Amino acid sequence: MSSSSTSIMDNLFQRSLEDLIKGFRLQLLGESNFISRALEEIRREIKSTDLSTKSTALHKLSYLAALHGVDMSWAAFHAVEVVSSSRFQHKRIGYQAITQSFNDQTSVMLLITNQVRKDLNSANEYEVSLALECLSRIGTHDLARDLTPEVFTLLGSSKSFVKKKAIGVVLRVFEKYHDAVKVCFKRLVENLESSDPQILSAVVGVFCELATKDPQSCLPLAPEFYKVLVESRNNWVLIKVLKIFAKLASIEPRLGKKVAEPICEHMSRTVAKSLVFECVRTVVSSLSDNEAAVKLAVAKIREFLVEDDPNLKYLGLNALSIVAPKHLWAVLENKEVVVKAMSDEDPNVKLEALHLLMAMVNEDNVLEITRILMNYALKSDPLFCNEIIFSVLSACSRNAYEIIVDFDWYVSLLGEMARIPHCQRGEEIEHQFIDIGMRVRDARPQLVRVSWAFLIDPALLGNLFLHPILSAAAWVSGEYVEFSKNPYETVEALLQPRTGLLPPSIRAVYIHSAFKVLVFCLGSYFSSQDTTSSSLAQESSSGSSSMNAFTHGSILNLVNVIERDLGPLSETHDVEVQERAKNVLGFIGMIKQDIAEKLNLQDNETESFGVAAFMEDVFSEEIGPVSAAAQEKVCVPDGLELEENLGVLDEICGEFLKPVESDLVSYTDMISFSVSKLRIRDQQEASSSSSPPHEASSLLAEHRKRHGMYYLTSQKDDPDSNGTHSDYPLANELANEISQDPFNPKRKPNQSKPRPVVVKLDDGDESRITPQAKTNIQTGNDDESLSRAIQSALLVKNKGKEKDRYEENPNSRQQEKEESSRIENHQNSEKKKKKKKKNGERSSKHKSRRRNEVASASEQVIIPDFLL
Amino acid sequence: MGIRFILMVNKQGQTRLAQYYEWLTLEERRALEGEIVRKCLARNDQQCSFVEHRNYKIVYRRYASLFFMVGVDDDENELAILEFIHLLVETMDKHFGNVCELDIMFHLEKAHFMLEEMVMNGCIVETSKANILSPIQLMDKAH
Repeated sequence: MSSSSTSIMDNLFQRSLEDLIKGFRLQLLGESNFISRALEEIRREIKSTDLSTKSTALHKLSYLAALHGVDMSWAAFHAVEVVSSSRFQHKRIGYQAITQSFNDQTSVMLLITNQVRKDLNSANEYEVSLALECLSRIGTHDLARDLTPEVFTLLGSSKSFVKKKAIGVVLRVFEKYHDAVKVCFKRLVENLESSDPQILSAVVGVFCELATKDPQSCLPLAPEFYKVLVESRNNWVLIKVLKIFAKLASIEPRLGKKVAEPICEHMSRTVAKSLVFECVRTVVSSLSDNEAAVKLAVAKIREFLVEDDPNLKYLGLNALSIVAPKHLWAVLENKEVVVKAMSDEDPNVKLEALHLLMAMVNEDNVLEITRILMNYALKSDPLFCNEIIFSVLSACSRNAYEIIVDFDWYVSLLGEMARIPHCQRGEEIEHQFIDIGMRVRDARPQLVRVSWAFLIDPALLGNLFLHPILSAAAWVSGEYVEFSKNPYETVEALLQPRTGLLPPSIRAVYIHSAFKVLVFCLGSYFSSQDTTSSSLAQESSSGSSSMNAFTHGSILNLVNVIERDLGPLSETHDVEVQERAKNVLGFIGMIKQDIAEKLNLQDNETESFGVAAFMEDVFSEEIGPVSAAAQEKVCVPDGLELEENLGVLDEICGEFLKPVESDLVSYTDMISFSVSKLRIRDQQEASSSSSPPHEASSLLAEHRKRHGMYYLTSQKDDPDSNGTHSDYPLANELANEISQDPFNPKRKPNQSKPRPVVVKLDDGDESRITPQAKTNIQTGNDDESLSRAIQSALLVKNKGKEKDRYEENPNSRQQEKEESSRIENHQNSEKKKKKKKKNGERSSKHKSRRRNEVASASEQVIIPDFLL
Repeated sequence: MGIRFILMVNKQGQTRLAQYYEWLTLEERRALEGEIVRKCLARNDQQCSFVEHRNYKIVYRRYASLFFMVGVDDDENELAILEFIHLLVETMDKHFGNVCELDIMFHLEKAHFMLEEMVMNGCIVETSKANILSPIQLMDKAH
């Protein structure tokens, strides 16, 4: 008595969902407070024995869960209770709550099987609909297995309202329970021939999904789909069928030829843009070998592109980028529109246009396109600007700078890029700067020129994003100092006081580069003094710069400047900078005395000469690109313990260069490599300042001989060949070498420059499974059993059909064949169409025989899988 | 699957309807909605109605103060989805008579009902307004 009265009271004073929503709009407590109070209420109400109160509470809870992210998993059991109510209104609320909150892990899932089954069998079609909807959303393996018979029955329902939903649910059932395919597939396929547009629309939707998952198993149904394609006038259905054919044609090219004609027909007939676009997409993605179809599709794309509607413009560009790889002419034809789209208001449109421009770029138009892009980069917002820069960088560097012929131009372009105000791609530019320096010999003079421009501009030092580029510029001007117009000024630029703004790691590169320049100046000064080799030096200098201009005074001045600028740095806190500075100062300390005293420099025995020649020797070893995989190729030699503590090796490291050699991992590490090499050399020097370089260099030569495959062969083939066999080349030999370099005047006058040699690594071809392929394999497994189920179902279906027909009519076998070759009938030449017409006029008996002939005549072209 | 989810969001970014056709946890839903709303609301009328987000393509359209956003698979036809959104709005218009945000707020279950008639398991199964509305009209009569 009392309990019933409280429940009545509850019911009377319960807030409905509408009250809740109204309260929400008026509340002053703050959203979370309001929600927690409403939840308290709901928790109390939902325990009520009165289903009406309970369902209202559940209804409110579902609302809060859907729109305010409130957890409702705790109410799962209450939802099951509400769903069992006999009132439709309650049932609906219950099902809504279940579809919204149940998932595979919900423990009370088991409890709903019987209720769902009961509702599937209900006479009330709306209850059936609720149960089907629920199954389609939360169906698990168990549910699908237990309810397959009901779904099968409903597939044959006479009410299309129920039938179309049963078709919709089949997809979920198949996915969760593959054996259901055996039971339901035949009925599903039969519906493809339904005259009811609702049913057809639903079943085509299901096959579209099945074909996406596994085109192979849907291939035998191609004739049925073809019929829909030709006969349907419902755009929704046609779009789905086109998607199916796009999938099927990609695995069965012969199908593409057959469907091209009706697709083109739709394309030119329809006014619905969605259908036109689907036709276009099908053609460009799956029928790209069919010239006529592609032409028509490109014409349609053009119509899209010139429209004002941003949606059509975007989709047009999108379609162009699909067609681009196979039919570049389509993009070139629309180049103006694409370029115009670069200034569109929509970032998505701009991005598509950018991708298209990059797809177009080749040897001949790279100048023009990058010019356009650079202009846009200057005008654009930072995000898009960097997108442009990145695209240009990656397109130009593709496949070892394949499309670049004029490297001088490209290097200048890199310089220009770095100066775009929004540029944040410093690291990529840095990498390419160094990479080009190592790979392309002919580009080095220009690299040095561009680097010089960077180094002398003090304004750039303050820009954080430019720091990596400055580091590359410093490295280039040190490494290729022989092309420098004025090494003295280079040193000044490298050591200018504002370099204090740079991070220490980059500052270290600056100092090291200054060291290289100094060594180079000394070297050329000594050799010009050396009467015996003066003629050679003259020759080598005539090619490039004014290195002969070093007088005793200028060298002394240079040494003083370096000493002055680096002096304070030997006290700095950063160890890297400090060490670099001390290295240079130590070197200067060794030679300064000699130079200042103006000793007899012809004497090769002078200590300073020896030291300078040795250092020049160190720096003259050309650095080439190293493949990122080179390290992996080195096999661990016998007896080498990689795991043990390396502390013991300290003393050995003083003598051997090997450990340093193995530091080489990728060419991006080049700077640190040459730096670390120097460090070891310096240590050597410090311990025995006049130790002969021969030991180390012979070891290097040894290494080169043993591991020749990891060295690049393409560079310095001839001049260095003796160098690798004998000792490390001495300074004189190097001077010799420079004169024989390809920079010699012979080549220069040639105006139409041939493309310079670009050093390429040949390990790019390593066959690796792409990540995509890997995932395909993984996901393939999951769908495999489903596709097997479908294939066997199709086999059963065809056999069953044959059997049935045999019993009815002895002609059935031919009819069956005829059916499967309908495609040929639709597609074959006029003559056959005429034949068909004639057949129509004759008696039915005759007709079947005549058709039979047609069918057998075209049997050779039948896609074999049709008869599966 | 075709359609993965359907959202209706007002100008302030509050979700008014959310229907998912695949299971996502509450946290995932909240994060996804927040990201999408931020992306779409920042765009103007001169920009196209398609946004790529994670592995979805979002097709959206604005009607007065409400944004309709549909998350679809990559190979879905964008224009067809736009037509679908329009059809949904027309259907609601027909039922409510010039539908507004409040109608959806107070009759959320009806909006869900319409969607259930139109979309099954992520596939569009019904495109006739009369067919979509007939069960709802029947329900209204029963009350």
